[in-house]
Amino acid sequence: MFSCKTSPEVGGMGHSIKRKEDARFLHGKGNYVDDVKLPGMLHMVMVRSPYAYAKIKSINKDKALAIDGVLAVITGEDLAQYNLHWMPTLLSDSQMVLPTDTIMHQSQEVCAVIATDRYIAVDGAEAVEVEYEPMQAIVDPFKALDEDAPLLRPDKEGQENNHIYHWERGDKAKTEEAIAKADVVVKERIHLPRIHVASIETCGVVASYDKVTEKMLIYLTSQAPHAIRTIVALVAGHVGLSEEKIRIIAPDIGGGFGGKVPVYPGYVIAIAATFLIGKPVKWIEDRSENLVNGFARDYHMDCELAATKDGKIQAFKVSTLADHGYTDSSANPSKYPTGMFSICTGSYDYEHAFAELDAVYTNKAPGGVAYRCSFRVTEAVHAIERMVDKLAAEIGKDPAQLRLENFIKKEQFPYSSPLGWSYDSGDYHATLKKAMDMLGYDDYKKEQAEKRAQGKLMGIGISTFTEVVGAGPSKDFDILGIAMFDSAEIRVHPTGKALARFGTKSQGQGHETTYAQILAEELGIPYSDIEIEEGDTDTAPYGLGTYASRSTPTAGAAAAIAARKLVDKGKKIAAYLLEVSEEDIEWEVGKYSVKGAPEKSKTIQEVVFASYTNIPPGMEPGFEATHYYDPPNLTFPNGAYICVVEVDEETGAIDVKRFVAIDDCGNIINPMIVEGQVHGGLTQGIAPAMYEGIQYDDEGNVLNGTFMDYLVPTAVESPKWETGHTITPSPHHPLGAKGVAESPTVGAPPAIANAIIDALYPLGIKHLDIPITPSKVWDAIQEAKQKA
Amino acid sequence: MAKHNITMTINGQSVSAEVDSRLLLVHFIRENLDMTGTHIGCDTSNCGACTILLDGKSIKSCTYLAVRADGANITTIEGIAEDGTNHPLQQAFHDQHGLHCGFCTPGMIMRSIDLLKNNPDPTEEEIRWGISGNLCRCTGYNNIVKAVQQAAQEMKKEKETTV
Ligand code: FES
Ligand code: FES
Repeated sequence: MFSCKTSPEVGGMGHSIKRKEDARFLHGKGNYVDDVKLPGMLHMVMVRSPYAYAKIKSINKDKALAIDGVLAVITGEDLAQYNLHWMPTLLSDSQMVLPTDTIMHQSQEVCAVIATDRYIAVDGAEAVEVEYEPMQAIVDPFKALDEDAPLLRPDKEGQENNHIYHWERGDKAKTEEAIAKADVVVKERIHLPRIHVASIETCGVVASYDKVTEKMLIYLTSQAPHAIRTIVALVAGHVGLSEEKIRIIAPDIGGGFGGKVPVYPGYVIAIAATFLIGKPVKWIEDRSENLVNGFARDYHMDCELAATKDGKIQAFKVSTLADHGYTDSSANPSKYPTGMFSICTGSYDYEHAFAELDAVYTNKAPGGVAYRCSFRVTEAVHAIERMVDKLAAEIGKDPAQLRLENFIKKEQFPYSSPLGWSYDSGDYHATLKKAMDMLGYDDYKKEQAEKRAQGKLMGIGISTFTEVVGAGPSKDFDILGIAMFDSAEIRVHPTGKALARFGTKSQGQGHETTYAQILAEELGIPYSDIEIEEGDTDTAPYGLGTYASRSTPTAGAAAAIAARKLVDKGKKIAAYLLEVSEEDIEWEVGKYSVKGAPEKSKTIQEVVFASYTNIPPGMEPGFEATHYYDPPNLTFPNGAYICVVEVDEETGAIDVKRFVAIDDCGNIINPMIVEGQVHGGLTQGIAPAMYEGIQYDDEGNVLNGTFMDYLVPTAVESPKWETGHTITPSPHHPLGAKGVAESPTVGAPPAIANAIIDALYPLGIKHLDIPITPSKVWDAIQEAKQKA
Repeated sequence: MAKHNITMTINGQSVSAEVDSRLLLVHFIRENLDMTGTHIGCDTSNCGACTILLDGKSIKSCTYLAVRADGANITTIEGIAEDGTNHPLQQAFHDQHGLHCGFCTPGMIMRSIDLLKNNPDPTEEEIRWGISGNLCRCTGYNNIVKAVQQAAQEMKKEKETTV
């Protein structure tokens, strides 16, 4: 177990320090992008397409421009003059900023209206007359590959059909052979629905170009401001926007979850508009614009799991069809078009695995964001955890027992997975056993048997997942070529107080507290004396931002190492002040003392003061350090979640009775924040499991594009979460930490799905795709009864 | 667009303005008065980020015309505590880690003030239903519920000592 090295006043690792950032939010003094108001600021509103697939025959701006206060209507033709009507996606596909001729998904931006006031801009948008010629949209990704399907992207050279790419990992022949020879093979097609991050703050931008200084200031809802600055410079360099003149400020962010990693057309149009007009331009997305643009998941996975008749897993194969919408704008590292999907072999020890994926274009919004998930890990975990449960049911073995018998053992770490990862550490048996104890697993098993005897539907579902986070080692991971390191820069002031800046960007994770605690742990300077800043590209060191649970694994490590550089420098100063040689100085957090004479000592604050006032001869003054951390490996947080549900056979209603989540994220910096992150992630896990999913009709119309019908769980739907930990430190991270915030989003959906399906199993129901809604359950029950 | 002169009290201050008929109260507060603690999270009255108190009752200010608030007494998140102090709900959200990104927080707190006024000793179930018109995407609600429970206890104590 982890024990704290520092006092609560210093507040290093392991203390549940209350958050330093709270005060401004509690008093309504947060500063989100929509709160930014610049002199002379104009407002931008989009005209969006009612059709999913259409030719634009004409756009008539006249009536809009006649409205008092409407200054401009920007079309794709206008942007084409500057070659800004298309932009590259993070995976080197291309996305329209504004269309010149064809609409590719419903609610796509058609043109943008700029006005002096938001209301007038809306009037202007309504007055724009657009003539469309609708075409039959391709909605079903399986039909996108039909011979006679229309070619959706004729603009792409060499593109002959709607297939984007094929990807595969593992030994196909050996895996297929193992499956063919196995005693038991379970198969299932599993769909993970298209969902939206739905952060309560939507996306937005305030862009302000100064024609005199040629500086471009951009306030942006961005999880990765530095990367975006570089992208803006690359995309708009030809019109004269140069990287040193671009300043991106990601102020307070109202939830990100991956949805604020991409560059959206609205950002580019606002930047283009301020560049042309020379006045600040604000664009804030409406909720209904937000929900129908961008998405996560949408994988159709054909899974096969093979085992011996007593349940020893032997091989896993998964063939996936990925619906990317009209362009592949997945926010993935360049060399990983399917993200970390190859973690799909899970927490189990077996030899053969093969994963392949084909991605297709459809007439849907692009996106593919890593929604609170380290790039497609949620899909991978759902596949293996559903299949392991299916296997347990098939051979009549307790699913906990089956898992315990197949887990990678503690002593097998570092473990080379069949698809090429090197898992750093874990104790899967201990984690699952802890979850079973906390729940009272055996008692629930008994209760279930009794309930089943009475004809009642009760289910217990388990998910024992392994995550892969913290991208990443720069030899493998980059975004548009930029290596995925991260950074920390520490300045300790003469009075011993500090300012530290990072290349990451909190969106609610509590970095201002967590990072201060890491520095307190390393330097012994109280957390309350340390200010943390992120998000301003003019002041923060370059970094790739916050997503994929990478802040602690990368920037957190950078902070520790930068601090250790300072401790080393301090040692020299302490030796000088105490008039002994450096070898005679001992460091214990916050204090240097002479070996064997502990009464002779200097505090870190005294040493810092000396670094500005009484500098040892020949030494560089000051007490500052920077570190750019390139991790040697990813980290592999894991967990065991167990869910108990009851299902009402008459109505299909599902009641989540208990949900126990044991996480192992290595050493913990702030237990309160970690627990809070787990709670939040669990609610985002139950969301797609039971409520959320973007639905389309055959014409490509989104059927649930507002919060009225896209059901984000409220406090009523969200169960009372029960959480706990096992701690297996990461052997390669300087703090032994792994990252946590995405584990619950990844781990919860299969636990819930497994529980509901377990409840329905006596009726002969063996699989349901999420979201498992009461009406889906009711339909399945009726169908099962008819069959019986 | 017809214009209307309106006057209201916001956080104890009287304000007058000439506004369009269609101006929403949330925009009046945010844009005209520059009080940006009240947020906007949706366009269908579902999220509650815009919740304020109007004549002591919590309302969603995105679904209320500014002209309709003529003569009203309004409290926003900026007006519930003296400078340098915390309302018991602000303190409780901090103590219980009831906020992550903070975007829903002002609305949650304003709603909870009304909830506790009408039901000073709510059960967990009553709190969950009581805040079910406010969405939070970050916290999973456990700690928001705990915060409201803590504030309820505090406010009861305060009342007992002032009586
Ligand atoms: S802004 Fe969502 S309810 Fe008012
Ligand atoms: S704290 Fe982010 S929405 Fe509630």
